[in-house]
Amino acid sequence: MHSNELFLKDVSGFLGGYYAAIALMNGIAAVILWQRKNQPGWAIIWTVFASFMMVLGSLALSGTESTVPALPEAARNLVNSLSGPVNYTVGTTVLLVAFFVYRKFFVQPMVAWTLFNVALLLMGLSMADQNFALIVMKADNVPIVGLVFLLAFFTWVATKQAVVNDERIARGEPPMEKVNDEKVLVWPDLVYTELICMIAVSAFLLAWAILLPAPLEEPASSVKTPNPSKAPWYFLGLQEMLVYFDPWYAGVVLPSLVIFGLMAMPYLDFNKKGNGYYSIAERKFAYLTWQFGFLELWITLIILGTFLRGPNWNFFGPFEYWTPYKVEVLNNVSLTQVFWTRFLDQPIPVAAAGSSALTQIGTILLREAPGLLLVGGYLVLLPPLMAVTIFRRYYAKMGFLRYMVMANLMLLMLSLPLKMVLRWTMNLSYIISIPELSLNF
Amino acid sequence: MAIGETIRNSQIWKSIFRHPMPLDRRNRIVVMLTNFFLHLHPVSIKKQGIALSFTWCMGGVTFFLFLVETVTGVLLMFYYRPTLEWAYNDILALRDVTSLGILRELHRWGAHAMVITTWLHMYRVFLTGSYKPPREFNWVIGVILLLLTLLLSFTGYLLPWDQLAIWAITVGSNMARATPLLGYEGPGQQLLTIGGIDMITDGSDARFGLLGARFVGEETLNRFYVLHCIAIPLAVALLLAIHFWRVRKDGGISGPL
Repeated sequence: MHSNELFLKDVSGFLGGYYAAIALMNGIAAVILWQRKNQPGWAIIWTVFASFMMVLGSLALSGTESTVPALPEAARNLVNSLSGPVNYTVGTTVLLVAFFVYRKFFVQPMVAWTLFNVALLLMGLSMADQNFALIVMKADNVPIVGLVFLLAFFTWVATKQAVVNDERIARGEPPMEKVNDEKVLVWPDLVYTELICMIAVSAFLLAWAILLPAPLEEPASSVKTPNPSKAPWYFLGLQEMLVYFDPWYAGVVLPSLVIFGLMAMPYLDFNKKGNGYYSIAERKFAYLTWQFGFLELWITLIILGTFLRGPNWNFFGPFEYWTPYKVEVLNNVSLTQVFWTRFLDQPIPVAAAGSSALTQIGTILLREAPGLLLVGGYLVLLPPLMAVTIFRRYYAKMGFLRYMVMANLMLLMLSLPLKMVLRWTMNLSYIISIPELSLNF
Repeated sequence: MAIGETIRNSQIWKSIFRHPMPLDRRNRIVVMLTNFFLHLHPVSIKKQGIALSFTWCMGGVTFFLFLVETVTGVLLMFYYRPTLEWAYNDILALRDVTSLGILRELHRWGAHAMVITTWLHMYRVFLTGSYKPPREFNWVIGVILLLLTLLLSFTGYLLPWDQLAIWAITVGSNMARATPLLGYEGPGQQLLTIGGIDMITDGSDARFGLLGARFVGEETLNRFYVLHCIAIPLAVALLLAIHFWRVRKDGGISGPL
């Protein structure tokens, strides 16, 4: 455990400052609450919490294994053993759904502040783990930690206002944004805000640049492939999709569809309500679709790809050592194999060597019939079926073309979670597999 | 005070600033109309529209970061040569020899921050429904700007020419060889043959077009350097101008209709 002691010595200064910062933050919060006089209970709680953080900070500064506050080994091992793509995805989904359903509860400032502090505390305790710190403190990964906290904060800011507005709208009152129609001069009201923002961002960027050196590894070598080889962090969601799809779909078609879908969005959303103010109730479908695509598919996959995918793109728990020797059994089968050999107990159809092009095409079509029918049915039959059932109202309002674009974009977006579930439950590799055309889906 | 007054009354001052000091209501209006840098703004604005809890200031911060990237980028170009011989050494020298050794840090962290603030800006625009009419087209321009921001970051990622750089770009650009029809490992490329000769090979496919070579090498470094320093920033600058102009023309900062 010699290396761990060295590591704790290294990290103790950071952790001391970290806990002191949390203490300061909560101290300020307590003073503000105390001055407002309406929540003295919470003021006391945050004062006690701040003192507790000071204690943790002093313990951390000592830098020895017995004193630096850390999660118990058993807890870390438990988290590692529970971690996996399935639990991660299901867990984040459950969490996001819970935040959405009980948003009225979670947007209360004291609830949000408690969660924020719990997150910070867990983060601090985890940072005393060498494996965790190694990944999270990797220079290029630091922005993603920032992104997670910023997204949580801004989602809270937006949801809080949406909850208030939705309650007002339900009572027949206009949204908060409309209440105050007062106009002010841009000089000084806006230009000064902009100036202060510029100074704040500059200060923040300077501090960041001084504290954290930019990464520079060994000189480039095209013969020494690092393991894992990762794309820049903002593309790691796409790289994670490669687990479930071939590059032509995960790396080319889906990203193009994301860009196309984003551009098409204002022309597909016919709902005139919710324009220029925060609201969820007035545009639930658009809101949920967006959050599913952005928070669930884009952001959580980036976090997964950055922090939890190690050598050979294997999944590692947050406190697990990234060994390149971890072996994961890959026994994926294509739908073609499942259908012909398992279900029909027949050999997979193969065209005789030297047979005509037409015979070969016919054999491929026959061989892949189950997958082609399934995908064809999904993309061709589902849109009209949905148009007369769940999307009846949408179809009537949108017209044929707009509806078809929307329905197909939705179905293609859902192809990712569907494929994930099929992989986890049936070890399915491909629904359609035509290696003759490099076409695997 | 007297010196200040003398300066403000001098011919030089008056030739530069077309307006008196914005100290009273009239001159605060005049300054917005007559100053080049301020004329992007309206004269007056809805108070709720500029509330931080409403706008988050993220579009403005993104633009400011673009300016920071431009300035630090130009300074970095003084020190950096995009060749196999010098690229890595110049970055080393930037860290170890050059004074103001945080130039690359400012540029790199500014770039990461710009990607994040772009996303947050779009997040806010979505959550307030501000992409809705009459702002549909400006949202589309915004999506193109998002794409260009990611490409700016992606092309810049290669320039330090270390292991992190070339392998991230190798992994990222490998996708292009799977482009349907146009990538040599992509579905359907087998169909593009003339007289039995493959049209799509590793020397003619989409990835080759992106890298300028069969693998990430000196041609790629040069290509990404030009894209990163000239082509994409120019495109971004043009689209930003249209983006801001449309914000004004489409009714300014959004708010309830």
